[in-house]
Amino acid sequence: MTTTTVEPTVAKGRPPVTLSSKKRRKGSITLTVLTSLMALYALVPLAWLLINSTKTQDGLFSSFGLWFDDGPFALFSNIADTFTYDDGIFTRWLGNTLLYVVAGAGGATFLAVLAGYGLAKFDFVGKKAVFAIVIGAVAVPPTALAVPTFLMFSKMGLTNTPWAVIIPSLISPFGLYLMWTFAAQAIPTEMLEAARVDGASEFRTFFRLSVPLLAPGIVTTLLFTMVATMNNYFLPLIMLKDPDWYPLTVGLNAWNAQAATAGGEAVFNLVITGSLVTIVLLLGAFLLLQRYWQSGLAAGAVKE
Amino acid sequence: MAVPQLAAPPAVSPGGVRRKRRSYRAWQFVGPFMIVFALVFLAPIAYSIYLSLYRNRLIGGNAFVGLDNYRQALEDSQFWSAVGRVGLFLVVQVPIMLFLALLVALALDSGRLYGKSFFRVTIFLPYAVPAVVAALMWGFIYGSQFGLVGNLNDSLGWSLPDPLKPSLILASIGNIVTWEFIGYNMLIFYSALQVVPKSLYESAAIDGAGQFRIIRSIKLPAIRGALVIATIFSIIGSFQLFNEPAILRNLAPNAITTYFTPNFYAYSLTFSGQQFNYSAAVAVVMAVITMIVAYVVQLRGTKELG
Amino acid sequence: MSRFLKVAAVASAAVLALAACGGGDDDSSSAGSSGGATVTDAQVQAALEKGGTLTVWAWEPTLKDVVTKFQEKYPNVKVDLVNAGTGDKQYTALQNAIAAGKGVPDVGQIEYYALPQFAIGKALTNLGTYGAESLKADFNPGPWNSVNSGGGVYGLPMDSGPMALYYNKEVFDKYKIEVPKTWTEYLDAARKLHKADPKAYITNDTGDAGFTTSMIWQAGGKPYQVDGTNVTINFNDPGSQEFVKVWQTLISEKLLAPISSWSDQWFQGIGNGSIASLATGAWMPANFVSSAPGGSGKWRAAELPQWTAGSNASAENGGSSLAIMDKGANKELAYGFLKYANDGDGVQIRVDGGAFPATSKTLADPEWLGTEFKYFGGQKANEIFAKSAQNVVTGWSYLPFQVYANSVFNDTVGKAYVSDTTLTDGLKAWQDQSTKYGNEQGFTVK
Repeated sequence: MTTTTVEPTVAKGRPPVTLSSKKRRKGSITLTVLTSLMALYALVPLAWLLINSTKTQDGLFSSFGLWFDDGPFALFSNIADTFTYDDGIFTRWLGNTLLYVVAGAGGATFLAVLAGYGLAKFDFVGKKAVFAIVIGAVAVPPTALAVPTFLMFSKMGLTNTPWAVIIPSLISPFGLYLMWTFAAQAIPTEMLEAARVDGASEFRTFFRLSVPLLAPGIVTTLLFTMVATMNNYFLPLIMLKDPDWYPLTVGLNAWNAQAATAGGEAVFNLVITGSLVTIVLLLGAFLLLQRYWQSGLAAGAVKE
Repeated sequence: MAVPQLAAPPAVSPGGVRRKRRSYRAWQFVGPFMIVFALVFLAPIAYSIYLSLYRNRLIGGNAFVGLDNYRQALEDSQFWSAVGRVGLFLVVQVPIMLFLALLVALALDSGRLYGKSFFRVTIFLPYAVPAVVAALMWGFIYGSQFGLVGNLNDSLGWSLPDPLKPSLILASIGNIVTWEFIGYNMLIFYSALQVVPKSLYESAAIDGAGQFRIIRSIKLPAIRGALVIATIFSIIGSFQLFNEPAILRNLAPNAITTYFTPNFYAYSLTFSGQQFNYSAAVAVVMAVITMIVAYVVQLRGTKELG
Repeated sequence: MSRFLKVAAVASAAVLALAACGGGDDDSSSAGSSGGATVTDAQVQAALEKGGTLTVWAWEPTLKDVVTKFQEKYPNVKVDLVNAGTGDKQYTALQNAIAAGKGVPDVGQIEYYALPQFAIGKALTNLGTYGAESLKADFNPGPWNSVNSGGGVYGLPMDSGPMALYYNKEVFDKYKIEVPKTWTEYLDAARKLHKADPKAYITNDTGDAGFTTSMIWQAGGKPYQVDGTNVTINFNDPGSQEFVKVWQTLISEKLLAPISSWSDQWFQGIGNGSIASLATGAWMPANFVSSAPGGSGKWRAAELPQWTAGSNASAENGGSSLAIMDKGANKELAYGFLKYANDGDGVQIRVDGGAFPATSKTLADPEWLGTEFKYFGGQKANEIFAKSAQNVVTGWSYLPFQVYANSVFNDTVGKAYVSDTTLTDGLKAWQDQSTKYGNEQGFTVK
């Protein structure tokens, strides 16, 4: 957990903090307390998850939800069970999710970076329409598109394969927006002009000169697309029939639904522990990317 | 279909360069995105529009019906009650959520907060929680018999109302959505605030402007673009409200109807009633409504910009 | 704007091509199952020997063992058992696959209430072709009637849910409540219990279509009459009214726990005694054991309370069949699997796994009848279930669009549970909405 109280990083382009302002920017207890209330709001449901992952299936139903029960401390046995239940399929789901996140979020970020750069740094035919079409399409309710998408993918033989999850994940309208604004600010047009005068190809210029400048924005986009891919539930549910290809979200929900079938075994404790494992993994990814956040997001913002 | 032009971010116009060659070069970059986009968005949308002109029945098969489905949708009281419901949700929940997110962003940006990175991670964290898990957690909290609400009533002698009863369910869903998305919007605002040149604050402070004055006159105008885009994404999100009602419906089947939100209605039509065609028409009508509202918001947002 | 149109034109041209394929498929799906020559048992046997691959979509947990044993017996057959979701989730998947014309399994698990809808949608193979009629005597009348639809046999019964009353003896004893013999006594018990302990309820109910129709079924109601595409819906019949009378009182006097079945609160209530009884299918014991261990030893099973004192009417609640999809590939092989799983060796394997059978042979098996249930304090509950299975009221039928009807149950009847709307008005609204849908779908509904 990051509980560092010091915030040494200074965003790119921010002028060094002057002495006078340093004096003014003393910590404020009131402000910290108020923000703590928000943090509490965010954390209470997660605390429930953490506390209940220490309980057995029986304990879950017989104890106060926001406190530990008298029964055995079952966190470790729950974790072990989560990974071994049903021939260890959880591990497989974990791997699938990893695949979808790497391919889906990675691909989405790549496409968004390319397109955002193109939109920001070129004046071309159809440019104005692109953003309008993208936002307009996003306004169409996705559940209504699920069946048409399913029928198309089925014709192409893509259903029940990882592609059915990865391909739709490749589009991140918000990522496109983010990269567009970022590229517009982070890359000096003069630099591109100079490269062109030197006769460098557009792609060479892009990969050699622009990508390094775009790196912080890329990380931010990656963060958003990662979360989006990880939370992807509805489309995989429609597209995948084989539990061997489920991502964690669909798999956990299947475990959750299992209790509601005749003869089915309730494994709420494993659902809860599995959820905790999922969130912990995401948190780990966050913290890894954390260092890039500030500078990345900073320049991704809209600047007048 | 009228597609509104939204706040396209500023672009650098090189001016006077051979446009055609530029176009070709630009499409090298924009093209891959647009090809995949056409496959996963435009093609299904066009397919939906095509489907919306037909009617397939269990008995009697498929027939072209022109705009009949649209006529039916416009007269469908269940559909309009769903639109009204998300409209109410939009007017109440989105401002609260964005306001709270903005407050947190300003607090983080003020530099006067202890444990800044802790707060940033914590408040963003709910956004990362998968909907299935979030529903489990909130389902527990909302339980008025043995859930947290029930526990609190029992142990403290309170009489909290059942959050899942019909009159409160929309507020309860609003709470979950707020919980999930404060962090997301907070990050957008926070990042926008980060690029406001600090020298502006310095000079304002020297001129004797207080913190609130600086926020109102410098910070907020500076991040208006981010506010507009966050509002538009929130509007779209509200109109597409689906996951939370769909999952809570297991716990509150009578409070959440199959036509609770337009998106949920489209889903029920397709999956319970196999009314693909009518569902497609409902989706198209809803998309048009969403675009109009988003367009109006964008117009206002940019107009105020001056 | 012209540029936008250009992009849109390209995209839509691509889609129209796709859409054209989709349209063509809709036609072929309504072509129906071809009758063809009758397939003999010998041909089925030959297919089993020859082998091949079968895809089975089912969520029933005991099928796993059946598949293992089946493959041991017929080593050339490879069965791919896929859990494609439970209940309506799986039906959605099936309908999607059928619409796409690809990825349709050979065999699907389909609940009795949904079977007529798939049958009339021509999604299933009529097993009459395989001589399934001859298996009639092997199954209990309730489930056997359920797989018969419009003159064909569209599945083999896998399990059944003759209803029983499960009650928490500890709670009943504590408050000196007699096990109710009629629903009127049940109502009195509900009052007595809730008065003695305001946290305890006789049962939970937030409106459940399957439960309501089963109760009306037991009361002798026949709200649905189906003759091909001519359908009558009428909740004004005496049976439905019997149910309304008692249940409206339970609702009005707030004697039902406002907890939805299968939620975590429900399992808690079963375990801690605040939900004192459940009227449901005979498949419930397995769920008690695995999901509400806290109630072990405290619960008992009893015969369902009656609408008329002294009678012994019962009804089915839940239960499902295995059906062969019309678009499946290897139908002889699929039929071989169906017979094995639902009529042959598979039955015992599933019973051993805790499932409740639909076969009359098992129900008469003394060893099975003598099974002592630890959860029920050693009670021989199967005797009660077997009796219930034999007393299921005949003549019930579901709508050929029951999946839809059930989906809007809570929109209509559900209002009676949370507002001033009466159950009668709720049922009327349900009837009206089902009628409207049926007519839109090309049925003649009155």
